[in-house]
Amino acid sequence: MTKYILKRILYLFLTLFIIASLTFFLMKMLPGTPFSNQNRMSADQLKIVKAQYGLDQSVGVQYVRYMVGLLHGNLGTSFQFNNEPVTALIGQRLAPSMQIGAQAMIVGTVFGILLGAVAAIRKNTWVDTLATFISILGLSIPSFVLAVLLQFYLAYKWKIYPVALWDNFQSSILPTLALSALPLGTVARFMRTEMVDVMSSDYIELAKSKGNSSWRVVAKHALRNSLIPVVTIIGPMAVSVMTGSMVVENIFSIPGIGEQFVKSITTNDYPTIMGLTIFYSFLLIIVYLIVDILYGLIDPRIRLGNGGKE
Amino acid sequence: MDKILEVKDLHVDFDTYNGTVHAIRGVSFHLNAGETLAIVGESGSGKSITVRSILQLLASNATISKGEILYHGDDLLQKSEKEMNNIRGNKISMIFQDPMTSLDPTMTIGKQVAEPLLIHNNVSKKDAMKRAEEVLRLVGIPNPAARMKDYPHQFSGGQRQRIVIAIAIVDYPEILIADEPTTALDVTVQAEIIDLLRELQQKIGTAIIFITHDLGVVAGIADRVAVMYAGRFVEYGSVEDIFYNPQHPYTWGLLDSMPTLDTNEDARLNSIPGTPPNLLDPPKGDAFAPRNAYAMQIDEEQQPPFFKVSKNHFAATWLLHPDAPKVTPPAAILNRFKKFEQLGGNAK
Amino acid sequence: MEQIPQIPKEKFKLVHDENNAEQEKISTPSLTYMQDVRRRLFKNKVAVVCLTLLSIIVLISIFAPVIAPHDPNAQQVTLSNLPPKLGNLNIPGMNGYQNMGGKMVDAYKQAGAPKGTSFILGTDYLGRDLLSRIIYGTRLSLVVAVLATLVDLLIGVPYGIVSGWKGGKTDTFMQRIVEIVSSIPNLIVVILMMIVLKPGLTSIVIAIAITGWVTMARLVRAQTFQLKEQEYILAARTLGEPSMKIATKHLIPNLSSTIIIQTMFTIPNAIFFEAFLSFIGIGIPAPNASLGTLLSDGQKAFRFLPYQMWAPAIILSIIMIATNLLGDGLRDAFDPQSSDH
Repeated sequence: MTKYILKRILYLFLTLFIIASLTFFLMKMLPGTPFSNQNRMSADQLKIVKAQYGLDQSVGVQYVRYMVGLLHGNLGTSFQFNNEPVTALIGQRLAPSMQIGAQAMIVGTVFGILLGAVAAIRKNTWVDTLATFISILGLSIPSFVLAVLLQFYLAYKWKIYPVALWDNFQSSILPTLALSALPLGTVARFMRTEMVDVMSSDYIELAKSKGNSSWRVVAKHALRNSLIPVVTIIGPMAVSVMTGSMVVENIFSIPGIGEQFVKSITTNDYPTIMGLTIFYSFLLIIVYLIVDILYGLIDPRIRLGNGGKE
Repeated sequence: MDKILEVKDLHVDFDTYNGTVHAIRGVSFHLNAGETLAIVGESGSGKSITVRSILQLLASNATISKGEILYHGDDLLQKSEKEMNNIRGNKISMIFQDPMTSLDPTMTIGKQVAEPLLIHNNVSKKDAMKRAEEVLRLVGIPNPAARMKDYPHQFSGGQRQRIVIAIAIVDYPEILIADEPTTALDVTVQAEIIDLLRELQQKIGTAIIFITHDLGVVAGIADRVAVMYAGRFVEYGSVEDIFYNPQHPYTWGLLDSMPTLDTNEDARLNSIPGTPPNLLDPPKGDAFAPRNAYAMQIDEEQQPPFFKVSKNHFAATWLLHPDAPKVTPPAAILNRFKKFEQLGGNAK
Repeated sequence: MEQIPQIPKEKFKLVHDENNAEQEKISTPSLTYMQDVRRRLFKNKVAVVCLTLLSIIVLISIFAPVIAPHDPNAQQVTLSNLPPKLGNLNIPGMNGYQNMGGKMVDAYKQAGAPKGTSFILGTDYLGRDLLSRIIYGTRLSLVVAVLATLVDLLIGVPYGIVSGWKGGKTDTFMQRIVEIVSSIPNLIVVILMMIVLKPGLTSIVIAIAITGWVTMARLVRAQTFQLKEQEYILAARTLGEPSMKIATKHLIPNLSSTIIIQTMFTIPNAIFFEAFLSFIGIGIPAPNASLGTLLSDGQKAFRFLPYQMWAPAIILSIIMIATNLLGDGLRDAFDPQSSDH
C-alpha cells in the first residue's frame, strides 16, 4: 500500500509537470501581447512593462524561470488585478469556493445515497420512478440554468434568500443547491445501480436466509457493500462541482476562484489563467489520490491484498 | 418416523417479459426428522425453486400460486414475514451453491457466523463469537480463533463452503437445505464437503434436503431420492429403489447417462435427446413425452398419476398402468434390475 | 396411492419410435439479438417518448431554414424585447401584453409594430425573433454534439480496439497515455484550447473531442479484452482469419452496444460543454445563436423578461433529459440483466 501511494505521488508530480508545461507553451502560442486590450501604451512603456514581467527574454528562459517559480510555490503575477501574485489572489478567494464546493459535495452525496438506496430497495415501484426522475433532472439540468432559476424565484421573487451577496451561511444556500444537483443525480444513479446489484447477490440471499429482517439486511449488508464503490465517483464529482462553480459563483457574485477564473479568461490575464489552471489540476489530482487511498482503506479486499481477483 | 415437513401440491409461477412461466406444477413430498432427502434433476427442472419456496426466498417476480408447506403441521405460507424470519437460519437454514459469492465480502467471517445467533438467541456478542469459533472448528477451519477476523477473500473455495455450512448450522437447525453445495467445487473438495455434511448430521441430528443434478453425489448421502423434471416430481423412493429399480423413463435416461464402476472402458454413455419443455406453456400430458422413446399416446394427452411400485416407491409414468404394453428398458437399466434382485428386492 | 384411472386401451400404443429430428427442436421461438433489443426498447415507454422527442427536435433542426419564421440574425431594434404573442389568439402570457409599472400593456402596440406582427416566443434585446434563434441555436448545438461524438468514435473506438486487441506492451503504453490525458481535468483542457484557438464551431469540437475520446477508448478496450478471450474469436483466430476481418466481422458487432450506449452519454456532455463555454463567453461568437449563447443572453435579462431564458433552458433540458433516458433505455435493451431482475 505504501509503495502504491508513493508511486501515485510520483505520478502526481509527473502529471502536474506535464500540465504546467502544456499550459505554459499554449499561453506562449497566443497571438499578440497580453496588453493589447489595455490602454494604448507607447513602445517605450511597453518595453518597460515587458521587462517588468520578464517577457523580453527568450521563451526557454521564461519557461525555466516559470517552472523554478512553481517549485517554490510561485504561480506568477497577475497582469490585471493590481499586479498581485496569483497565489495571493487564490489565497483571498479560496475560502468561499471551498465552502460552497464542500457543502455541495456533502449535500449531493448524502441525499444522492439516500435517494439511490430508497430507489433500489423499492425497485420497480413509484418510489423508484420518482427517485430516478429526480436524479435524471439533477444530471440533465446544467447548474447555471438551475442557479438562474433559483436566484430568480427563491431570491428575487419570493425573497427567501439573498440575491447575490456573500456574507453569511444564508447566502451560501442557493449556490450550494445549484451546485449539488449534479452530484446528487450522479450519486443517486450510481448508488441505485450498485445496490440493485448487491441486493440480487448471493450473499444478500444468504443474509436473508439467516433470518435477518429486511431492514437489517439493508443496514448490515447491502448498504456497506454498495457504498464502497460510490467512493470512486467522488473524483469525477469534484470535477463537475468545480466546473459548475465557475458559472454559479459568477451568477451569485461570490468572490471565489471560479469567478476569478472566468474573469481572467475574459480579460486575457494569462498568468492568472495559468496559475489557476495549475492550481485546479493540483486540487483535482489530490482529490483523486485521496479517493484512491480511501477506497483501498475501506475495502478489505484491497486493504488486505489478494484483491481484484473476483 | 416423524414427518417434520410436508409440501403439498406446490405451484410456483414467474412473471417474465414473455409471459407467466409455470415453474413448479404441483410438487408434493415430505421430510422425516433426521433423514436426508435428495432432489435430483437437470438445471431448470425447478428443484432450487422448490426448496427456496420453503423459506420463501424467491425472486420478486415469483408467486406461490397454490399449495401448502407444513412445518410441524403449521403452514409456512400463512406466516407473516416476521414469523418467517424467526424460522429462517434458526429452525430451517440453507447452504448455497457458490461459496465464492455467498459470503459478504466486507464482513469478517466471525461476525458472519455469529450473526444468526445474535438474531435468534438472546446472547451477548461475546458468547456468540465464542460459539462461532466452536462451530468453525467443528466444520474444519484450522486455527479458528485467529481466523475469525479474516475476510472471505482470504479463504479458499472449499474453506468458504465450510464457513457457509458453519453459518447454516450455528443455530442447530432442524432442517438444513443444501442447494447444490458441491457443484462449484473441485471434485476432491466435493467429497470432503459431503463427508462433512454426513458427519454434522450425525452430530446434530438435522434433516437435510440435498439438491443436486449429480446422481453420483446422491448415492453417498441420501436416504431417499426424488427425481424432478419440468416442475414436477416424476419418481421418488429410497436410494436403492431409484438406483436399482427405476421405473420412469426419465430416471432411466439419467442413470444411463452416468458412468458406474461396471461401465467398461469403451462403452458409450447415453444422453437424453432433446430439451426440456417450455414452461410458459407446459404440455398437457407427461412433460417428458417428447423426449421419451417409450412415449405412448396417452402420455401426450394426460398427465400420469403416481403409481405405487413398493411401499415407499412411486413413479409417475403410464408405463405402470396395468393396460400398458411391456417395454424393455435400456440394457444398463436391466443390469441394475439384476443387482436389485441380488439385493433381495423384487424388480419388475 | 391413487385410484388407477380407466383409460381406453388404444391409448397405450407406443408412439414416436424413430423421429429423433423432432426431438431436437427447440420449443421457444428464436429472435436475433438485434430483434430482441429492438423489441425491448420499444416496450420501454419512456425510451419511446424520448426517442420521439429527439427525432422531432432533430428534424426541426435539419429543416431549420424552412421552419424558422424569421431570419435568426435579422435585427429590428424598434421591436426589441417584445413578449411572446401567438397570432391574435388571446392566451394569457402569449398575447403580447407585458406588465409595466403594475399595468398590463400591449407591448406590440407600444413599440409601434405593424398590425398583425407576432413573435411566438417574443424577441430579444436586438429585436431578433427568439423562436427562429432557438431553432437555429438548437441546430448549432446539435451539430457540435454530432461532430464531437463523431471525433469521439473515430479516435476512441480504433484506439480502444488496438489497445485491447494487441495487449502486452502496446496496451501498457497506450493506457499510460490514456491515464495521463484523463488525469488532466477535461474542463481545463477545453478552456485552454478555447483560449488558444479562435472561438467558433471547429474550436469547440476540437476542444471537446481532445479529452472526450478517452472514456470511449477505455470502455472499448475493456470490452475488446473480454471479447478476445471468447471462444468464437479464438476459433476465428485459430482458423487464420485476418485481424481486419475479425475486427469488422466479430468485434465491431459485439462492441456496438457499448459504443451506442456511450454515444448516448457523449451527446449530452458535448451539448453541456458548448452551452457552458458559450455561457461564460468563450464559445460560439456573436451573432450566431447556440443554446449556450441564448441562455447567456437570456440570463442577463432574466429578471425582467424571464421568457427569454425559459425557452432555451427548457429545450436544453429536454435534450439532455431525453438523451440520458434514451441512453438508459438502450442499456436496458442491450443488457436486460442491468435493470430487470
